[in-house]
Amino acid sequence: MNNISFNKFYRKFNILSLILIVISLVFLIFKGLNYGVDFKGGTLIELRTTDKTNNISLIRDSLNQMNLGDVSVKKFGNETDFIVKFEKQNSNDPEFIKNIKNKLSSSIGEIDFRRVENVGPKVSSELLKSGIIAISLSLAAMLLYIWIRFEWQFSLGAILAIFHDVIITLGLFSIFSLEINLSIVAAVLTIVGYSMNDTVVIFDRVRENLRKYSDIKIFDLTNISINETLSRTIITSVTTLLALLSIYLFGGEILKGFSLAMILGVIFGTYSSIYIANPILVALNVSQRTIVKEEEKN
Amino acid sequence: MLYFSKLRIVSVIVFTVIFSYFAFSNFIKFDDKFFSKNINLGLDLQGGSYLLLEIDNRPVITQKLQAKIIELKRYFKEKQITLKNFSLKEDTISFETTNNEIENVKNILNDKESDVNTYYPTYKSHEFDVLEDGNLFSLNYSRYGLVLLKNSSLDQAIEIVRRRVDEVGTNEPNILKRGNDRILVELPGLDDPNRIKSLLGKTANLTFQFISQNNEESFGTEKLSFEDGSRDAIVSKRIILSGDNLVDAKPTMNSQTNETVVSFSLDRVGAKKFGKATSTGVGKQLAIVLDGKIISAPSIREPIIGGSGQISGDFTFQSATDLALLLRSGALPAPLNIIEERTVGPDLGQDSIDAGILSLFIGFLLVILFMIYKYRAFGLIANLALVSNLFLLIGILTLFEATLTLPGIAGIILTVGMAVDANVLIFERIKEETKNEKNPIIAFDAGYTKSRTTILDANITTLIAAFILFFMGSGPVKGFSVTLGVGILTTLFSVYFIARLLTSLYVVKNKDKEQLL
Repeated sequence: MNNISFNKFYRKFNILSLILIVISLVFLIFKGLNYGVDFKGGTLIELRTTDKTNNISLIRDSLNQMNLGDVSVKKFGNETDFIVKFEKQNSNDPEFIKNIKNKLSSSIGEIDFRRVENVGPKVSSELLKSGIIAISLSLAAMLLYIWIRFEWQFSLGAILAIFHDVIITLGLFSIFSLEINLSIVAAVLTIVGYSMNDTVVIFDRVRENLRKYSDIKIFDLTNISINETLSRTIITSVTTLLALLSIYLFGGEILKGFSLAMILGVIFGTYSSIYIANPILVALNVSQRTIVKEEEKN
Repeated sequence: MLYFSKLRIVSVIVFTVIFSYFAFSNFIKFDDKFFSKNINLGLDLQGGSYLLLEIDNRPVITQKLQAKIIELKRYFKEKQITLKNFSLKEDTISFETTNNEIENVKNILNDKESDVNTYYPTYKSHEFDVLEDGNLFSLNYSRYGLVLLKNSSLDQAIEIVRRRVDEVGTNEPNILKRGNDRILVELPGLDDPNRIKSLLGKTANLTFQFISQNNEESFGTEKLSFEDGSRDAIVSKRIILSGDNLVDAKPTMNSQTNETVVSFSLDRVGAKKFGKATSTGVGKQLAIVLDGKIISAPSIREPIIGGSGQISGDFTFQSATDLALLLRSGALPAPLNIIEERTVGPDLGQDSIDAGILSLFIGFLLVILFMIYKYRAFGLIANLALVSNLFLLIGILTLFEATLTLPGIAGIILTVGMAVDANVLIFERIKEETKNEKNPIIAFDAGYTKSRTTILDANITTLIAAFILFFMGSGPVKGFSVTLGVGILTTLFSVYFIARLLTSLYVVKNKDKEQLL
């Protein structure tokens, strides 16, 4: 069995996590998130040009003449592929997209619109709202589940670990201005599930060990439990990361943001199960009596 | 935990084979529908257009309120109750009555049998909320009155939308209600939705009205402009005929002028009205008005009594075809706005499928190699469980004709990565048990038993996330939640039935070997 003194570093890593959370929150509050058209409204066009010499500024210049609001143009995977985003959303005018296509064709040659997304302000605010509700609901549901299955100290530890993962993942998205769209919400929810999964495995072991050893303090008991489950933690993280890395590298441009969020989430989820969830059990001074009392009550 | 009865073994095998079969049925073609099912590809994978339309009910509400005022006036006149100073402001009808009629009017409006303010016993609500202030009454649509109005206009609109989309003849369109004022239109395979958008964007209210010669028509007049914007005309408000009376419309070539026109035929009532109006109106100009714009205003040379006619007006063959289509499908009760549009071209869809399959294959391979490296023979068992898990997952998705989206493929790959977790938990537990227990059968049994609650807890939490995504998410994200959720169920099956069966066979056969795991 492994015998690594994880518990020696509880304090140091807690301070690190706290710093990361504060930085993330500062960025989230002052810089905010880079919402995609799903949540901000507007138009997204993925286009492919036939001419390899086309560059971003050429496309931007010709779009700027059309009075479309804030225009952003980015390379998207291939040399010939671009993502164009702008504020204006005018789906009711059937000529709108056609005009843009004609205008672009005339200035940069033959192009193919591979994808067009056009989201009105009403829909985007609804999508944002339902995304926030979905994440909050799933947090609440898991809190409830853990509360039913474990004692409240455990459920607090698990939830704080999840908040930690979600805040830092979103913080990184804010710092690097990565786009938040519908699939990122799905990724965040999966992170929540994964992080919870990881925490539950260690907690189950902590509870088992609490029953077994009455003379070991929770500080050392968490360390024993982490070590006992460590190889599982590593193996599962590795296989999950292998799968995610494969999506990130080979799954195409559309899934890049999604898989990146998941990769970050798995790393932070694994870390937080050890360094957030367990120190909280220590801080709350969980002992054999905590679980025995609960069991007597039932 | 390690004992399997013969019956159990057989049923595990049968179950696995049957569901796995459907994974392969995507690639096999039989005549029988049930045996050659295909997984549905989402619009992001097969290409196509997704349009979300919202009804603008304001004109309908105004129209209904105006009609209500006329109804109220007529009703109370019959009852010999005087109402005066009718007005309509911000969707509120208000009127005054004399002081000694207040109670009377109030009773009529609040009566459960009221003829002018219908009571809906199921909702315990009247159609209108009535407020009175002295002798001043004001009527507002009640919450349920408004819901019923919206529902009925949505029902009408969805019917018209369906007809228009069907007429264009796209491949298996999907048209659904969303809430009480939205319609979702999915058009697989359509990469340029412009024509559909312009067809759905038109209300297609057709009327025939005379151009007014003097400004003193008894019905009043209105100023309308021509479609091409060239000029305006004063038109009588009297509607001779509306699109409701049309039974057919098609684009034809007028042999005399060599112009493309839309020829139409009318029902019996329409033909009669049209005949009468054209006989009395010889020499007048008849304006053909579509959505408040005059298409053309030909002069009537002779009465038209056959119940058919032609609309001319600078049409191309395409625009005549579209106008005929709109007239045939009928008018929308209210204008529709497109509030969300997503279109994916077919080649991007194919690229996404290719990338998805490639990354699935690579991810799968990496996980398999890692497991063999880590656990040798038991890695092989876990991998066999993983392969059957994948077949089961795809098989079940196919059998229930679930929709596979790009995030859905990501969900499958993620399932592959996370599915080994349960087996890893079990194997690690068995390793621990083996330290104190020499008999491998007992050690393996204990490993399975002791890890069970952990595995259930861990998977239920992920299942919760999948459930919430399913109910809150839309489109592609929903596809992800389906594969994630079904993936958890198939994972548990493959771990507890397939892997456990193989493990027990292996352990019983090799029970005398040192250090099995």
